[in-house]
Amino acid sequence: MISTQLPAIVLLLTLLSAPVCSMIRNGDNAWKLAMCSVWLSVAAACALMAQVWGGNNISYHMGGWAPPWGIEVRIDELSALVVILITLFGALVISALRESLRTVMRSHRHSLYYATFLLCMSSLIGITITGDAFNVFVFLEISSLSTYALIARGRDRRALIAAFRYLIMGTIGATFILIAIGFMYMVTGTLNMADLAQRLPEHTDNRVIQASFAFFTVGIALKVAVFPLHYWLPSAYTYAPKATTAFLAATATKVSLYVMIRFVFDVYGVEFSFSQMKLDVLLIPMSIAGILIASLTAVFQSDVKRLLAWSSVAQLSYMVLGMALLNLNGLTASITHMFNHAMIKAGLFLTLAAMIYRVGSSQLRDLAGIGRSMPITTAAFVILGAGLVGIPLTAGFVSKWYLISAALDKDWVWLAALLIISSLMALVYIGKIVDVAYFKEAPTEHQAVRDVPVTILIPCWAFALLTIYFGLDTRATAGVADRIAHSLLGIAS
Amino acid sequence: MLVATVIMIIRTQKLMSAVLMMSFFSLLCSCIFMVLDAVDVAFTEAAVGAGASTIFFLAAIAIVGRTSKPSRPGKTLVPLIACIGTGALLVYASFDMPYFGKVDAPIHQHVAPRYLQESAGEVGPPNVVTSVLASYRGYDTFGEVGVVFTAFIGVLLLLGAGTRKAGIERPAPPNVNDESMRQKIVLREVSDLVVAPVLIFALYVQWHGDFGPGGGFQAGVIFASAIILYALIYGIVPAQQLLPPRKLAYLPGVGLLLYAGVGVYSMLMGGNFLDYDKVASNPLDGQHYGILIIELGVGITVAAVMINIFFSLSERSL
Amino acid sequence: MLAGLFNYWVVIILMMAGLYVVMSSRHLVKKIVGLNIFQTAVFILFISMGAVDGGTAPILVEGTTLYSNPLPHVLILTAIVVGVATTALGLAIAVRIYEAYDSVDEEDIAAMDTEDRRQENAVTTVTNTPS
Repeated sequence: MISTQLPAIVLLLTLLSAPVCSMIRNGDNAWKLAMCSVWLSVAAACALMAQVWGGNNISYHMGGWAPPWGIEVRIDELSALVVILITLFGALVISALRESLRTVMRSHRHSLYYATFLLCMSSLIGITITGDAFNVFVFLEISSLSTYALIARGRDRRALIAAFRYLIMGTIGATFILIAIGFMYMVTGTLNMADLAQRLPEHTDNRVIQASFAFFTVGIALKVAVFPLHYWLPSAYTYAPKATTAFLAATATKVSLYVMIRFVFDVYGVEFSFSQMKLDVLLIPMSIAGILIASLTAVFQSDVKRLLAWSSVAQLSYMVLGMALLNLNGLTASITHMFNHAMIKAGLFLTLAAMIYRVGSSQLRDLAGIGRSMPITTAAFVILGAGLVGIPLTAGFVSKWYLISAALDKDWVWLAALLIISSLMALVYIGKIVDVAYFKEAPTEHQAVRDVPVTILIPCWAFALLTIYFGLDTRATAGVADRIAHSLLGIAS
Repeated sequence: MLVATVIMIIRTQKLMSAVLMMSFFSLLCSCIFMVLDAVDVAFTEAAVGAGASTIFFLAAIAIVGRTSKPSRPGKTLVPLIACIGTGALLVYASFDMPYFGKVDAPIHQHVAPRYLQESAGEVGPPNVVTSVLASYRGYDTFGEVGVVFTAFIGVLLLLGAGTRKAGIERPAPPNVNDESMRQKIVLREVSDLVVAPVLIFALYVQWHGDFGPGGGFQAGVIFASAIILYALIYGIVPAQQLLPPRKLAYLPGVGLLLYAGVGVYSMLMGGNFLDYDKVASNPLDGQHYGILIIELGVGITVAAVMINIFFSLSERSL
Repeated sequence: MLAGLFNYWVVIILMMAGLYVVMSSRHLVKKIVGLNIFQTAVFILFISMGAVDGGTAPILVEGTTLYSNPLPHVLILTAIVVGVATTALGLAIAVRIYEAYDSVDEEDIAAMDTEDRRQENAVTTVTNTPS
């Protein structure tokens, strides 16, 4: 019985433990409950992956009503991969959360914080597994609201402004998506994604559908933070509470990207999105500009958190670029990088959070000499940094390799060269941190700094080891991504 | 008239009038929904748009002050162009839209006919909106309760006890206002008369949603507005003695769990999540009980969340 | 044609007016007012879609066959509640901003932020000089 109910279970585990968490006064007990539910949902997500492995898609009818009348939950390899991404990285972050919250908040507020965190996680799962266009909007709103609240809890007062700006941008984006869904519904009369995909090709000349596509693209691009709509991201990531940033960087934008891929390829269809609406003509220049400008901005940042945030904008542009190149390698690169970058960036932000935990600041000058005072933490940071740059034997290398091959498949040597240049820029900004960490004298007030408690150290190292593991064994990432790319592009593998 | 109202909102620099205009705008919209045969939506818009959100705005304005500075002329140009561009795109698209009110528009052909024709036999309630909301698309409504709950947790996380920085002490005129409010006999008498019937009306809306317009959302908001009215007239403190915030904070979670409980129960009985057919031995009875319980869950969550948010916003100005 | 599309055009004007308020006003609370108008206009768009000439409200009664489409109504019920949830959270953040900055004017706050950042950098130069 459990195996058929898995799609509901994977969502409910986190969604239902959120209200229970909010009722528990004792922060530690709430944390234990949250831990139980997230690790169980990791197990459920892996079980789901096992079920859909090899292309057995699952369709689960909510309320027992068949689609398109009821709401369908639809799981294929892509959504299972994204669910694993959310649950696994979320679980790792939450494991470190208790220790890192202790210094920030009074303990009776912790349970509310965990509840918000769980809500955010479950809504991201909800977005990923649903097969209904309007349902995407509903869960998107849960995730947005919880994200705003999480960001606004940052210690700096600028966190509030960042959260407010994100709220305005995010709500406009969500409303644009709502308009797009309304237009699709107006022309086809259905909200189910599979049903929409069947009915839309008849209407490709309909201007309502074209406008719907435009609204959808702008709305989701706001959420993905595609350059030049990335405006909200750097300050939101910089001022959000430190461990929260790790979770958001890993999941929120990736799930938006997933929605983009799902709609562009599955609902609107490749033919309509690219041949007729010329989405690639728009996205390729934007993402190239995003990669270069964001990487360059990152090089000149003195606040490490802000530096990593800008690097996120650049890395997201890689994923959008891979998608827009519209060939097998590109799409494989995009999906692999979605997973790998989520892992690497979450790890980086988490190790950075560990450093801030001891040093109390994310300014580059305060991290001087940290390589000697916190050797174990910094070593994890260096491995993850190598992953970000894309050094061979790390996960980052795999996805960049596919991306460069995709550029070469198109005979765009200049693009491959640009990608290598931008990787060098990543080397520069990561190198800057490593240089300060190992070769500068620690300022006198930070002489007594030592490594963080084991509860934070283990998740950090888990991320670092996973980065190496997925750099060596690519079956679970690039292998799956390759199969997904085949099915999205409609090419028999 | 709608357009005129909106232009007023753009022009005015007094926040108070902008908010009141917005409330008026909501009320007008609610009338339009009524004309367009969307009774449930009209009901909700009047209760939520014109009622609850206006109250939240007023509570917030009491804290942040009433006037806004005019924007600089150069700054308004870019948004203006962006808006006109988007508007032009929409007008361009509108030429291919099915004409307003046409029976043969695609949306009346595909999914919706089944709701109208079969719902009486499959789900039960004569109000089709209730059947679709609670049963066919019950999962969406579950998500929606989740949204409300998230907003509650978010507001509590931001404004709850202990988040206020020590040292920001404002002179407190609102207290004086409370006194003067309490002395206004007419208001007091009227509110005494009104609060009880409104509460009863909320219960009626809650249980009558199957047959007429109404249901958990509307009932929740109406119930909350009765309490808020009481709090406005008699002050926050007596209202909080009536409903201690600490206990009230449990209720949204209870509502959400009640809703999910029905779903989990149906899963245990061998159906899918929220499959009310399995709740009782006879599918129609099951649907009936299922809808009653989830509407109750919705009502509890919405009412408790609205009251909670109002309390936390207005506590800040004390 | 004019009669058939007039409703949509009014909706479009309202939507754009709402969006304009969001983007142009400096006052944070007024931005949220704008968001509300924008969203409400989208609600009218959905409800307009569902309307049928000569139809009645979708509550089944003997003898009536023509009802307006219930599905948009359901979607908008959901969307209204989502809207008020967003409004509440936005206002909560605005109130916190006021407490932290003593202002809810976007440009004043931006000025204060620049000041904050300048101070952060100033500290950099001070600590660097001794080393």
